[in-house]
Amino acid sequence: MKTALRMTTTAIALLALAGATHAEGVLNIYNWGDYTSPELIKKFEAANDVKVTITDYDSNDTALAKVRAGGHGFDIVVPSANYVPIWVKEGLLLESRPDQMENFKNVDPRWVDVPWDPGRHYSVPWQWGVTGIGVNSKVYGGDINTSAIFLDPPAELVGKINVAPEMNDVLFATIKYFGGEWCTGDRELLKKVRDKVVEAKTKWLAMDYSVTEKLPAGDYSAVYYWNGAIMRSRLANPDIKFGYPKEGYPIFMDSVAILKDAANVENAKLFMNFIMDPENAALISSFAKYANGIKGSEQFMPEDMKTAPELVVPAEFEKAGEFLKSCSPETVDLYSRIWTELQK
Amino acid sequence: MTSAQDVAQQIERRDIRNRWLLSAPALVIIFLAAIGPLLVMVAYSFMVKGDYGDVRFGEFSLDGWFSVLFWRDIFDDTIGLADAHLSILWRSIRLSFITTALTLAFGFPTAYFIATRPPSTREVWVFLITIPFWTNLLIRTFAMQEVVRNEGILNSLMIWSGIVDQPVQIMYTDAAILFGMVYVYLPLMVLPLYASMEKLDFRLVEAGYDLYATRARVLWRIIIPLVRPGVIAGSILVFIPSLGAYVIPRVLGGGKNMMLGNLIELQFGAGRNWPLGAAMSITVMLIVMLALLVYVRNATRSGVQHG
Repeated sequence: MKTALRMTTTAIALLALAGATHAEGVLNIYNWGDYTSPELIKKFEAANDVKVTITDYDSNDTALAKVRAGGHGFDIVVPSANYVPIWVKEGLLLESRPDQMENFKNVDPRWVDVPWDPGRHYSVPWQWGVTGIGVNSKVYGGDINTSAIFLDPPAELVGKINVAPEMNDVLFATIKYFGGEWCTGDRELLKKVRDKVVEAKTKWLAMDYSVTEKLPAGDYSAVYYWNGAIMRSRLANPDIKFGYPKEGYPIFMDSVAILKDAANVENAKLFMNFIMDPENAALISSFAKYANGIKGSEQFMPEDMKTAPELVVPAEFEKAGEFLKSCSPETVDLYSRIWTELQK
Repeated sequence: MTSAQDVAQQIERRDIRNRWLLSAPALVIIFLAAIGPLLVMVAYSFMVKGDYGDVRFGEFSLDGWFSVLFWRDIFDDTIGLADAHLSILWRSIRLSFITTALTLAFGFPTAYFIATRPPSTREVWVFLITIPFWTNLLIRTFAMQEVVRNEGILNSLMIWSGIVDQPVQIMYTDAAILFGMVYVYLPLMVLPLYASMEKLDFRLVEAGYDLYATRARVLWRIIIPLVRPGVIAGSILVFIPSLGAYVIPRVLGGGKNMMLGNLIELQFGAGRNWPLGAAMSITVMLIVMLALLVYVRNATRSGVQHG
């Protein structure tokens, strides 16, 4: 028994060594930080004899800028829905035709004919979620199902709020707060939006990404952030409550795509096919606590995810959620100028 | 006929040529790594910005430079001073000055202490000063978060000792950035100060006391003038990296209290305005160069006076 164990260990070590030195057995993934399940990677490495390296980024723009600069050495990237068309237009993605892969049949029909990648010629679903409100109920006990938490914060929360530094998420909620439609070019309304965010920012503490650690620790008392991260915060600190902004909140999806200049295209395709398997997709969700787009993955997920208030949208707030679609270039230009003004 | 003078001249010429050859590798590196990228920056700053970052090659535009100081209102296209840029510039300069002053205040006694130890133990003290360099700056900055955060060491201590009953918000304020910068740049002040204090002839200090000078007078009239080069070198070494600090304001400032380094990074990232980023970088360089020129002129002038 002991010898067998030792031999297995040696074999694994040798395999790992072979994987590390063998050029074909490598896959370099460029993904959002704190977003990739280590278990999933371990399983993929073992099943395909591939050594996976993960590099983190913290925003769509960072990823885009780095890959555009070239010489990055990555094979796979996970851009958000509204960024996928940019990646395609800039010629950065490989048309890898995941719709012809074996496991594609598992993709929920809801996520197949998506506007950013009709018919899924470039990308497969990674995770999707909503941007909502997380509040430490010990600090503030009032209604949290409103964007007013970060746009017109109650006195208890002033100076203790973190807002995701993402243009679309923040502007979406603010436009909805004033009763507008996403992608609106109405200047009167946008002026109100700009004045509001600029004024509200003075009441925020930070615009940062480290929510899973700082919200439970009490460094932030409220956040406007992604539901999975807020659920992870609640698991670490039961005082954290989740709210769906009734004025309107955005739905996002991040998708896995292969880069045009990837060195390990075959392994990348293996990975794409691999994550469309319900059992593997469940691993992704169990780690980061977001839903995925794969049918039948629910049965492999932990029990607490099936009833989580962050993931199960109450009927009354279902209508308020809306997919973050790409707007016309003129509107995007207007929005990014508002955003730049806010960021300054 | 070659006279002795000719031979001497030839030797001198060869000597000069050899020196050029010997320094050629260094000059090539300096050109490729410093001047080359700088030229790229200058070129980029005069181009039209691309839609998703980058620039449109060959399309000339002064927009980048214009936007360093001015901005156009989104809605009515009126032109005004870019007060956001100016306030970030002002914050950077202010914080860098305070950092320099504080490191000087803490570094001077430290360097004096080390310089007055017996020669055998000085090495140990200098060695201790350099220990923080063993750890990566990023890691030290994250460790500092643990000290200043609401549930951190500092706040816990203050609550425990009854100074305050609620955590004081230090994290994500200018105070946190300042705290981080003073800690990180302190060795850069101590080391040059120590280098010039080590050379200080303490007999002059004794002579001052013999002539009935008070301690303060000895400090002001003898020690400080003599270690002046160290003070200047240390101040420059602290001020310049403070002005360009990026990691510390990013981590301790929470992405909201920006300094120049972060503002420039923003232009190359989410701002998607590379020409503006390039123009800002060059502006910062010009400010630093100007400050250095003032320093150098002051230093040489006072050197003559005391000489």
